[in-house]
Amino acid sequence: MSSSATVQADDSKPILGFWIYIMTDCVLFASLFATYAVLYKSTAGGPSGYQLFALKNVLAETLILLTSSFTCGLAMLAAHRDDRKQTLFWFAVTFALGVAFLTIELTEFRHFVVTGNSWRRSGFLSAFFTLVGTHGLHITIGLMWMVILMWQVFKCGLARVTIRRLTFLSMFWHFLDIIWIFIFTIVYLRGAIAP
Amino acid sequence: MSEHEKIVVAQHDTARGSLASYVAGYIFAVYLTVTAYLVVYNHLFSNTTLTVVIVGLALVQFMVHMLFFLHLGRETKPRWKLAVALFMIMVVVVLVGGSLWIMSNLTYRMTPTQQNNYMNNQQGI
Amino acid sequence: MIEFASLLGKLNWSALPQDPITAGGAATVVGGVLGVMALLTYFKRWKWLWKEWLTSLDPKKIGVMYIVVAVVMLVRAGTDALMMRTQQAISVGSNHGILDSNHFQQIFSAHGTIMIFFVGMGLMFGLINLIMPLQIGSRDVAFPFLNSISFWLFFVGVVLVNLSLVIGAFSAAGWLAYPPLSELRYSPGVGVDYWIWSLEIAGIGSLLSGINFLTTIIKMRCKGMTLMKMPMFVWTVMGAMTLVIFAFPILTVTLTLLYLDRTFGMHFFTAGDGGNMMMYVNLIWAWGHPEVYILVLPAFGVFSEVVATFSRKRLFGYTSMVWATWAIVALSFSVWLHHFFTMGAGADVNSFFGIMTMIIAVPTGVKIFNWLFTMYRGRILFATPMRWFMGFVVLFTLGGIAGVLLGVPAIDFQLHNSLFLVAHFHTMIVSGVLFGYFAGITYWFPKFAGFRLNERFGNYAFWCWFIGFILAFGPLYVLGLMGATRRLDHYSASLGYQPLFIVAGIGVGIIALGVTAQLLQVFVSIRQRHESRDTTGDPWNGRTLEWSTPSPVPYYNYAVTPEVDNRDPFWAVKQARTAGVAVEPQHYEAITLPKNSAIGLYIGIFSFLIGFGAIWHIVWLAAIGLFGAFVCILIRCNDDHTEHHISAKKLEQLDKQARAQGGLA
Repeated sequence: MSSSATVQADDSKPILGFWIYIMTDCVLFASLFATYAVLYKSTAGGPSGYQLFALKNVLAETLILLTSSFTCGLAMLAAHRDDRKQTLFWFAVTFALGVAFLTIELTEFRHFVVTGNSWRRSGFLSAFFTLVGTHGLHITIGLMWMVILMWQVFKCGLARVTIRRLTFLSMFWHFLDIIWIFIFTIVYLRGAIAP
Repeated sequence: MSEHEKIVVAQHDTARGSLASYVAGYIFAVYLTVTAYLVVYNHLFSNTTLTVVIVGLALVQFMVHMLFFLHLGRETKPRWKLAVALFMIMVVVVLVGGSLWIMSNLTYRMTPTQQNNYMNNQQGI
Repeated sequence: MIEFASLLGKLNWSALPQDPITAGGAATVVGGVLGVMALLTYFKRWKWLWKEWLTSLDPKKIGVMYIVVAVVMLVRAGTDALMMRTQQAISVGSNHGILDSNHFQQIFSAHGTIMIFFVGMGLMFGLINLIMPLQIGSRDVAFPFLNSISFWLFFVGVVLVNLSLVIGAFSAAGWLAYPPLSELRYSPGVGVDYWIWSLEIAGIGSLLSGINFLTTIIKMRCKGMTLMKMPMFVWTVMGAMTLVIFAFPILTVTLTLLYLDRTFGMHFFTAGDGGNMMMYVNLIWAWGHPEVYILVLPAFGVFSEVVATFSRKRLFGYTSMVWATWAIVALSFSVWLHHFFTMGAGADVNSFFGIMTMIIAVPTGVKIFNWLFTMYRGRILFATPMRWFMGFVVLFTLGGIAGVLLGVPAIDFQLHNSLFLVAHFHTMIVSGVLFGYFAGITYWFPKFAGFRLNERFGNYAFWCWFIGFILAFGPLYVLGLMGATRRLDHYSASLGYQPLFIVAGIGVGIIALGVTAQLLQVFVSIRQRHESRDTTGDPWNGRTLEWSTPSPVPYYNYAVTPEVDNRDPFWAVKQARTAGVAVEPQHYEAITLPKNSAIGLYIGIFSFLIGFGAIWHIVWLAAIGLFGAFVCILIRCNDDHTEHHISAKKLEQLDKQARAQGGLA
């Protein structure tokens, strides 16, 4: 009787587990959205979103992140095709786009802070920084994860376990783009509609 | 150790994408994003309608991402990922909607500036 | 604000106990820990502890650890209750009792926090770990390593709460820490931060367990076990874990927002600058209500198993039980405002949630009737687990009726935050959650220990708890109707509360006797273990799969994964056996099981550093914790040798051995 475990690519169990985790993260963001929706008018005499947000930058951020979601998809297609080079290339592009997104976002944050509109200014700004900042933190963690996995692909190729981890990362990355759609809409666009 | 096994057809694995689905999804999503942006930038509707429109566009884009990037529609039966996602959506709707209803009600009745409005409205009763 | 200047943040010598009461508490904690370490050293059991328990990824071992910690916490929080009741019985008029207000507030805050998070959740996760994989015919949970992390995060939460007795102080803001009291301005000390981080860390452990157990139930059922063939306990666990995954993120966010307010000067819930304290109450109860259903649903599941087994009948109304479970799960997300009817919402909002609260009582009623119908025309055996059920059914029904009363907003305006409320929720939690998990532990004990618990002491324990509870909380219903509010540490003699408080105090004393009886039961049973050995693996003539294993269960659970085609699969097997149907010979195949791992424990230690650093504003410590946890995860992910194999031949050997000892054919 063979003593080695049968090699079955039944990744559906960990993938379901990771999916469920993503669903919990959605509820986490929903709580932050609910808090933002309750507090966005509480400007405590300070500026509102209408006065603060620069829509052009936000549109750039959105399109950058969306494109990175697309390139992440291309990377996964390459991985399933067992094409190491293409996988690394498209993940590198995704990474670069992610960094560009964070740069724009951190510039915006810095601008707010140095002009006296930090998270301490009002309930609105606390909620803004926490909601958008939590998303940014997730992106940062995703980028770190991406580097580590790219390193693993580079060193060990596209082993089964590596592809599984890349699948998790891509699910995570797409989910972050979905959250951004709602931030883009509910925080920035809505903020720009009226003072 | 680390045998470099290739993935054979992943049994029961989640659905995977094709180039077509990613491209289509990307184009749809860009279109929805730019539309929402332009609608707001040019203030094409009244405030309330604008809000409804952009939230609607966001929900459609949410579906696009779920179907084209996360391949939710391609899951083989039993559709557990879909079931959990639907339950999540229900919880989010109740949590966010419920919180908004409750908090607007409470803020109207229980904060000083709002209370003046409330008392004015109640005059004569 | 963050004190970057000081290397030790807010920590200094004044954090150590400054008065007798705190010193006493600290001495108990330190003494307890040192005592355990001394025993381990004396009996030379460190290596055994490390290898057999602390680094084990076997859910059965993890389950036992959860339960042991939960029981210790039960004694801790029970002592808090004794102190409170003593205070309330004597602190009248010119007598101000034995506790000053500040200590009293810390004690009731600790009591509630510990009972809910560490006793309730601990017993629950413990039993789930022990039983659920066995009941679905599986060898393990979906993510064994994650399971270990969950336990250690839970343990870190326990450590932080108890550490607050030694270094610093605990929160005095109640078990839910409402702002503005819990904001920095009114709670400038570290107490609330201890509360926040203890729950934040333990909460992540719970969330991971939710993901783990839900995936296990969905993906790891044995062949033939469709959803509608699962035991009722597994269904209720599935429902509870669904609640966990959607409710705990709300808690994580709310705790974080409070911490951000306190530490980074944000304005989520502050009394000014745009904060809205009511939002905290809204969010915390949006988590808090599902939480109580998380606690009680698996207890209902235990009762379903116990009632069926001890009535020697299959469970009545299985399908309606499943529907009732999911109705409770869905509805529990739509009633949370009933915890703050009096905060000032309008009649429309209040009535909606009042009606939903009434509706949610219906599926619970369905369950109760199904249990009663199961008993009808059964041949009841009143062993200890069944007694716990009988106590539950009486008390829970009465407490539930009180709950429906409270669900009427107009009535709640009179009774909110009175002792009536306190009596109601204690009735639900004690008779539902505690009695349920006590029944479960007693019922399944032989399966894991290999010998039964002493019935006589079990009997004493039950009656002490039952009578003690009635004496301890019956008067509180009356006091609440008389107008007494909760959390009183002193009252005027003219109110006439004292006689009732004295009766209540006696009741808590009797409950303490009950806990003593339970602890004695364990000792006595261990001493008598050879006489009360479970030689068949099936001491209660059970119906579900776990009873088909030898007692104690071998570490691999099932040598050969069972195949079922029946709702009470083991019962069906036994019927077939007595009918003379031939037992097929077992066909053994090699299996893979996870190896032990210390990484979960190390992640726990680093999480403790994060928590302690966050509490005392020691930034470098928290940074080390974060970095260390990250490195641990990297190490684990790069470990290719996390499993060990057992060959078919070895498996057959082990199985035959276990069956011979367990007396199975």
